Amino acid sequence: MSDKLGFTIDGKECEADKGRSILEAAADNGVYIPHLCFMKKLRPVGSCRVCTIKANGRNAAACTTPLADGMVIENNTDELNDLRRAIIEMLFAEGNHFCPSCERSGSCELQALAYRLNIMAPRFPYMFPLRKLDATHKSIFIDGNRCIQCGRCVRAASELDGKEILGFIGRGGKVRVKASSTRGLAGVDISPNDECVKACPVGSIIVKETAYRVPIGQRQYDATPIGADVESGKA
Amino acid sequence: MPKPKIATCSLAGCFGCHMSVLDIDERILKLAELVEFDKSPINDIKNFTGECLVGLIEGGCCNSENVEVLRSFRKNCKILISVGECAIMGGLPSMRNGIPLKECLDEAYLNGPSVVDGQIPNDPELPLILDRVYPCHEVVKIDYFLPGCPPRADLIWNALVALLTGQPADLPYEVIKYD
Repeated sequence: MSDKLGFTIDGKECEADKGRSILEAAADNGVYIPHLCFMKKLRPVGSCRVCTIKANGRNAAACTTPLADGMVIENNTDELNDLRRAIIEMLFAEGNHFCPSCERSGSCELQALAYRLNIMAPRFPYMFPLRKLDATHKSIFIDGNRCIQCGRCVRAASELDGKEILGFIGRGGKVRVKASSTRGLAGVDISPNDECVKACPVGSIIVKETAYRVPIGQRQYDATPIGADVESGKA
Repeated sequence: MPKPKIATCSLAGCFGCHMSVLDIDERILKLAELVEFDKSPINDIKNFTGECLVGLIEGGCCNSENVEVLRSFRKNCKILISVGECAIMGGLPSMRNGIPLKECLDEAYLNGPSVVDGQIPNDPELPLILDRVYPCHEVVKIDYFLPGCPPRADLIWNALVALLTGQPADLPYEVIKYD
């Protein structure tokens, strides 16, 4: 038996190795499936649902669903894109995302997805929650206002850095990322080169004194949409 | 046929979006061929002279006067456009939204490090400050949104020309930004 699986995405005939998730298999074929909590090298958890596709007519998270032979996958459809748009809009409305004053603006994955999906304004009312800032560490801070609870930093700390220094506290809408010390970030072994720091897709985990180095117009997503690297086969 | 009219205002904004309107450079002459400017800080006309086709709103609502002006724009303009982050989501002024109003006023007028003999302003001439800053579409119906801080001049220009000529808007990826 061949180790390759055949499938189609939006009618395009594709082929991928066995054992790949739908998201990875699509990327192997130059098809970008929008995603946020998924990150290469990390165990996928399927929590943000931005990568929702239709596999054989049923909605599924592309990052956690294994590819099967002969699968018929829908990705770039009006229905799925509007679902993704709604998720991104909810994330914008739920936190305090002041793009004009954020250090990550221009290279933020949440913002880049909003650009790619043509969001002009969210359909949901802004909640303006009161969130905390942990600036206890000398070179890194965590801003709860911009956190989207994707858990990439928590997973990266544990899986890549081998340090259980970040975790979730609270439940439901009150869940927050926290350093595992009563002294906050200052009390844990974290450094700017750690994978958990680089894993943040938004401006929540920031290395101090590194902001605004790239001029407007030259930042990561200023001229090129997120996913363009996958589509051009350069990812 | 008389030219359609356009009106603009700045609520709780910094006038940066109006600067961006001026940033369309010499195209403003073309704009003047397409429309007539009505109530606007650009020409300093204080009151509406009649029904306008388009109203451009900069800034969100932080006090009672902002709400009044916004409502008068809704009444007098056929199409209202939220221009910029403050009109769309409250922007910088809405950073106070998570903090109770009294705490904000106390910090600014009573307990601030540079305050001497402070008192909270309470003149009847002053518009009352709202409990929080409201995005414009939470106060009146808004028809279109042009994001940016400020929105790129090309975005404003392309959107206005499309609206005034009835052509589909040409909005390339580079012109829609949130900062």
